[in-house]
Amino acid sequence: MKAEETLQAAWSGGRSPFAVSWGKLMMWLFILSDAFTFGGLLAGYGALRASSPTWPDASKVFALHIGGQDFPLLLIAIMTFILICSSGTMALAVHSGYSRDKKRTVLYLVATILLGLTFLGCQAYEWSKLIGEGYRLWHTPGGPPQFGACFFTITGFHGSHVLSGVIYLAVIAVRAGRGIYDQRGSYEGVENAGLYWHFVDLVWVFIFTFFYLF
Amino acid sequence: MAHEAEMAEGSSKPHPPVKIYLQVLFLLFLLSTVAYFIDLMQMAMVIKALLLISIALMKAGLIAGYFMHLRFERITLVYVLVAPLILLIGLVAAVMPDGRSVLLSRLGL
Repeated sequence: MKAEETLQAAWSGGRSPFAVSWGKLMMWLFILSDAFTFGGLLAGYGALRASSPTWPDASKVFALHIGGQDFPLLLIAIMTFILICSSGTMALAVHSGYSRDKKRTVLYLVATILLGLTFLGCQAYEWSKLIGEGYRLWHTPGGPPQFGACFFTITGFHGSHVLSGVIYLAVIAVRAGRGIYDQRGSYEGVENAGLYWHFVDLVWVFIFTFFYLF
Repeated sequence: MAHEAEMAEGSSKPHPPVKIYLQVLFLLFLLSTVAYFIDLMQMAMVIKALLLISIALMKAGLIAGYFMHLRFERITLVYVLVAPLILLIGLVAAVMPDGRSVLLSRLGL
C-alpha cells in the first residue's frame, strides 16, 4: 500500500515525478549517457585485454623511481588522492552554496579547480614519461599494442573530462563571484557543476580499479 | 500522502551537515588505501578481483549517495539512473567471450 501511495504521489500528474529542477535532471541524464561512454570504453578494454596473450604489469609500468627505489603505482595513488580531495572541496562548495555563503563557495570552487589542475599536471607528467619510454597509441614497448591504445584512449578521455570540468568550474566560480546566484536566490548552478565533477571522480574509481589495479 | 506531495514539490530537501561529507571523504581515502595494498599483496586472482570490485562499488556508492546527493533525492530518480546501468553488465558479458575467442584463434587453437 505504501509503495502504491508513493507511486501515485510521484506519477499521478500535476507535479515533477523526480522532484528536481530541469537543470539538475538534464545534468543527471547527461551523466548517465556519459557513464555509458566510459562503460563502453572499459568493456572494449576488457575484450582487448582478454584477446591478448600477454599484458604488461601495470604496477611496473606505472612505477615511480625515487632515490634508487621503485614505488609501484605511486603516481596513480597520488592522482587518486588528489581527485578524492577535489571531490571533498567540491562537496564543501555545494554545501556553502546551500547556506548562500558566496565567499566560501568561491573559495572552495577555486580549491577544486587548483586540485583539478594538479591532477592534470600529474597526468601530463605520466603521459610524457610513457611517451619518452616509447609508448604510443599504436605501440607498446615489449607488449601488445592494445595496451598503449587502451591507456591513451581511456586516460585521455578521462583527462579531457577533467579539463572540461576545470573550465566549467571556472565559469561557475566567476558567476558565483559576480553574485549571479545571489540575485537568483539559488546556488543550483554550483550544485549541477558539482554533480559533473563528482561524476569525473566516480569514473576515475573504475579506471583506477580496472586499468591500474587489475 | 500529504508529506509525499510536499516532497514532490522539492521544497523540503534535507541537506547533510559538513561532518557527513568529511566522514565520507575519510572512508574514500581508507578504501583507496586498502585497494592499493590489496593490489600489492599476493593472492588468488579471483579473490583479488572480487575484493577490488566490491571496494570500487562501495566507493561509487559513497560518491553517488552522499557527494551527488542521491540518498536525499526521490527514489524514482534513483531508479531512473541506476536501472539502465544494469545494461553495462550485459555489454561486458557480450564482448568478453569475443575477446576470448580472438585469443584462442591468435594462439592457433
